[in-house]
Formats: sequence, C-alpha cells, structure tokens
Amino acid sequence: MKLALSVREITKKFGTFTAVNQVSLDVEDGRFFSILGPSGCGKTTLLRMIAGLTEPTEGSIEIRGQNMVGVSPNKRPVNLIFQHLALFPMMNVEENIAFGLKRRGESNPAIRKKVETILERVDLPGFGEKKIDQLSGGQKQRVAIARCLVLDPAVLLLDEPLGALDLKLREHMKVELKNLQAKVGTTFIYITHDQSEALVMSDKVAVMNKGIFEQIDTPENLYYHPASSFVAQFVGQNNKFIGKFEKDISGSFFVVLEDGQKLQVNSVPTLKPGDRVELFTRPEAMMINPNPELSDINVLQGKVNSILFDGGNSRLMVAVGKLAKEVIVALPQNTLHDHIQPGDKIKLGWNTASSVCFKDTGVKTYDEL
Amino acid sequence: MMNSKRSKIRWSFLVFFIPVFLWLTLLFLLPNVELIRLSFIGTDYYGQSGATLGNYTVFFHEPIYWLTFTRTVGYSFVVTFVCLLIGLPVSFYITKVVGLRLKGLIMTLILVPFWVSEIVRVYGMILLLRETGIINRILVGIGIWKQPIEMLYNDVSMVMGIVYTATLFMIVPIVGVMDSLDDSLIEAAHDLGANKLIIWWKIIFPHCMPGIMSGCIVVFMLVLGNYITPSLMGGKYSLWFTQQIYNQFIAYVNWNRGAAFGFLLLTISSLVIWSALKLTGQKLSRVSGVVK
Repeated sequence: MKLALSVREITKKFGTFTAVNQVSLDVEDGRFFSILGPSGCGKTTLLRMIAGLTEPTEGSIEIRGQNMVGVSPNKRPVNLIFQHLALFPMMNVEENIAFGLKRRGESNPAIRKKVETILERVDLPGFGEKKIDQLSGGQKQRVAIARCLVLDPAVLLLDEPLGALDLKLREHMKVELKNLQAKVGTTFIYITHDQSEALVMSDKVAVMNKGIFEQIDTPENLYYHPASSFVAQFVGQNNKFIGKFEKDISGSFFVVLEDGQKLQVNSVPTLKPGDRVELFTRPEAMMINPNPELSDINVLQGKVNSILFDGGNSRLMVAVGKLAKEVIVALPQNTLHDHIQPGDKIKLGWNTASSVCFKDTGVKTYDEL
Repeated sequence: MMNSKRSKIRWSFLVFFIPVFLWLTLLFLLPNVELIRLSFIGTDYYGQSGATLGNYTVFFHEPIYWLTFTRTVGYSFVVTFVCLLIGLPVSFYITKVVGLRLKGLIMTLILVPFWVSEIVRVYGMILLLRETGIINRILVGIGIWKQPIEMLYNDVSMVMGIVYTATLFMIVPIVGVMDSLDDSLIEAAHDLGANKLIIWWKIIFPHCMPGIMSGCIVVFMLVLGNYITPSLMGGKYSLWFTQQIYNQFIAYVNWNRGAAFGFLLLTISSLVIWSALKLTGQKLSRVSGVVK
C-alpha cells in the first residue's frame, strides 16, 4: 500500500525543551490515523510540522514520497483543520471554501461547481451565501472540513476539531467524521486528547507522551495489549495495583501486593522476580462474586464503598484489604447486581490473562494518590 | 418604593448627562453656531454690517486662499497615507512578531515622545535638520558633504515633521484591531495556499479595516487642523490653511472671514470622512469603537 505520509525521526526543540523527540510514523493512503496524548505531549507541534507551520529541528517529512522539509505551508499538499476552525469571518461560506481554489488560479465556473459539490457532500447544500456567524457549531465544523477537502489534499490534518463542541454533538460528529472519511477516502491524521474519539474513529492510533510515541497500534490492541504502563493508564479506565513480582516453586508468577495478598499473573519476559511492578485490570474484567469453580482467576475480598450510577457506565468503588486505593468495578445494568448496597462485602475476581504487568515507572496520568 | 427607585435612576442619569450636555453645548455647539453666524456677516464700504456671502466668495476669487486650501487637503491625504504605510507594518510587528514583553516596551518607546508637547518635538526635529544641526555636522564632519545643506523649510521636511507627530494616532487603533486577529486565521490562509500578499489583502486588511479607518480619520483631522508643525518647519512657501485662518483672525482682525474659512475646513473634513466611510463600507459607530 502506498504511503501518504512518512515521518522519520523528527525532533522539535524550543530552547532547552524538547517538544517532539525522534518521532517516526508511516501512514498508508486512505487511513484514519489518530495521535492520542495528554495536553502538552507535543502532538500539536508534530501536526504543525507536518503542515509546515513549524520547522522541525531535525528529521524528515515525506508526503507521497516527496520531501517536505523547507517547503512552505502554501505549497504542501496537506491541509489543516484548526482547533477553533479558523473560518474567515469576513467571507461567507462559499468564499471560505473557494479561498484555496482561487489561490490555485482555477476558473470561476469550475470553482463554483466544486464548491457546490463539496457543500452537498458535507450535507450543507445551499449554504453558500450564509455568513459564518449564522452557522451552528456543527455546521461550522463541516464548512471547515469542506474548505480543506475541496482542495483534495494528500493528507488532511485535524487538530482536535471536536474539542469546542458540546457532548451530544461531539458524539454525533465522531460518527459523522468517520463516515465522511470512509466516503471521501482521504487520509486523515487526527489529534486528540480524548481516547474515545481516537478509539471510535481510527484505523490506527499512536499514543504520545512527553514528545515520544509510546505505542502505534490498532484501537483494539491499544486497549487489550497496551505496550507500556502509560498506555494502560491513558487509554480507557484501569485499576492499578502496585506490588513485587515473584515466582513460586511450581514456576507460576505472582504479584505480591503491599498488604501481602498474592495475585497470579502470566509470565512477562521483561520482568525479573523481585522487580516492583504495576498490575492493571480493566473495571469490566472484574467479576462480581465469581463462580468458585473457575480456574486461573484471582479473587479479592472487598467492601463496597459507593455505587456510582451512570447508566451503562455505572461503577462500584470497592475497598480491598488494606490497599489505599479503591478498586473500580464495572456494574452491568442487567438487574443481576441490583441487590448490592454500599457496605456490602463482595468478592471480586478476574482471569489472569486479562491483566497486564509493567515495571513500576511511577508514571501517572493525573494526580492520583 | 417605586418613586424612590425612579428618582434614583433619574439622578444617576443626570450625573452622566449634564457633563456631556455642557461639553457639547458650551464647547462645541454654541461656538460653532456663532462661527456660522459670523461667517455670513460682512461690512460694506460704508461700515454697515449685514448678511452676505462675501466671506465665502472671496475664498473662491483669491487663488492664494483656495490654492492653500487644496494644498492643505492634498498634503493631509499624503501624510495620512504615509502614516498608514508606516503604521501597518509597525502594528503587525508589535502584535504578531514580538513577544508580550517586547510589545509593551515598543509601545512605551512609541509613546515616550508624546510625553512632551508637540512644539518641543518639532524643535527636536529642527535641531536635527537645520543647517547647523546634528545631521549636517556629522555628515560634514566625516566629509560626505562639503558644506552644510539646509534641510528645513520645504515641503518634504514639513511632511516628515507632521508624519512624525501623527503616526502614533495611526498605530494605536491598528494595534488594537490587529491584536484581535486570531493568528490561526493567518495560518489557515497560508495553509490553504495563500502567499503573504494575499494574506495581507484578503485577511489582515479586511479584519483591520475599522482600525485603519479610525486611524486614518484621526490622523487626517489632526493633520488638517495642525498649526504648529507647518508654521515651524514649513517655511514661507509651505503655507497651511490653518495659518490663513489664523491670519484672518489675528493679523487682519477679520473674524467674519476667519469664521468662514474655519467653517470651510470643517466642511471638507466632514465630507472626506463621510465619503471614506461610504467608499470602504464602514460605519462610523464601528470605526469609533462604539459598536464591535
């Protein structure tokens, strides 16, 4: 498959601060690629370097096989959708969309035809004469996308364009963007700090932290097989247990928690017995009062501290042994667990294969205890 | 209860209204009405005063008057344009190129000369430019010129002087509007294929138009009504229309003709501002910053 974009060991330094550090990525033609990371991780800088608005300190960028370093943004076959869209308020919708075509010197009838077609494609037929401030948030979004797509770029870059929308519209636009991308077939590179946006829309996601890529993978692999402690904590919700990695006489591996409880884990080649490790288990991997006949499961005794009702996302906060942190347990709303009340003693269990283990790096994604 | 509330509102209204009202009536309306009245009064050969258009017709019959007038208006346009040419890049540099700290410093540096009065600033220019001035001494000293050259008392030095005293009033409003221009609009235009010229023409100009217009109007009015700089730097061939008005009032003690000339100046400046606003499709309320 042809590469739309190839970035090789790109670095950007601002003074002594390294915003992007030796990052490489390849994006195949027609893919929806996301870069996911917390704010300040360098993802916007990376995107701006691809667009040409920021010059890299070192490294190379190739778009469809052509070297782009030193090429100014107006000569690059990429277009950027800005975080706040940057629609031109002094022009109407049609003039906004025609802006790029006019710069290419296309003829007026051709421009009018293209603008009309693209407006239909983004479901805004007849909106050409409207002023920008007459549009709703979602409509502005679509005009911004149309303004870039009409130029038929090799790569469309999107800088958190859904960030400013309210929740319902954001959920809607997520699906709409994915469908639009499938329809037009343009390569999308989408940056976001919202893991749900990245997981829902993308073919592949790169998780970025402190200027480097932690993992580039499919959304499923990121979720089920995170490559680092950071990815495990940043993508989706996870329970973190800290303990010591041990091997017993029979050859199976354990994590001994701070309060002495033992949790069985699968072997991890990079870990040696005695290492301090972090063990992660997803809230939805937790079984409430598991069947005692199941094998290969860890069981913890706990006391329900509180029930956080949130429809399909409802959770239990469970205190386990002497551990300082509560364990989060997904609470399916299928009436099976309606009897659980705060204060109840319950058993929690999970399959050893559904947890992952990393050497303790002290990485935190938020101010946790 | 109702009554006390109503009277409270009326009091606060009066507190703000009376100064404005007094300001407008005493300092603007009354003197101007009086000027208009005076301008239509003349004395005939027998010393009898009466209503006449003579004060205006003399303006059109005496070339020295209407030539000075057109020269003044023409040079006001030139100065305004030069101020705009200087003001745009300077404002762009202040708002978009340098950081926040330098921005404050540059704005202060631009403002510092205005802490002294215009007359001192003009004498500063004179000290630089005159025959025994600093520039002449340096250039003759290092041997570039054989003998000092008089650089004062011509139109170029006069325009320079007026531009120097007026540019600030162009820069301040343009910096104001340019500050509100989102950088991402410029980047978006660049990203969509526009070069620098197109970005200026299609994005920066239209966005800054209210500030540009208000800068131009202020500068044009200031320059048209300037008296000190043309008098001190212009010399005898660079007559400014304000000097004609001054002469009528002070030298000839002809208040009627002076009033007529003053009224002509007011008319032309109103006319120019009105047509400039019409031409650029701007509204006075937007340009003067009343409505955003």
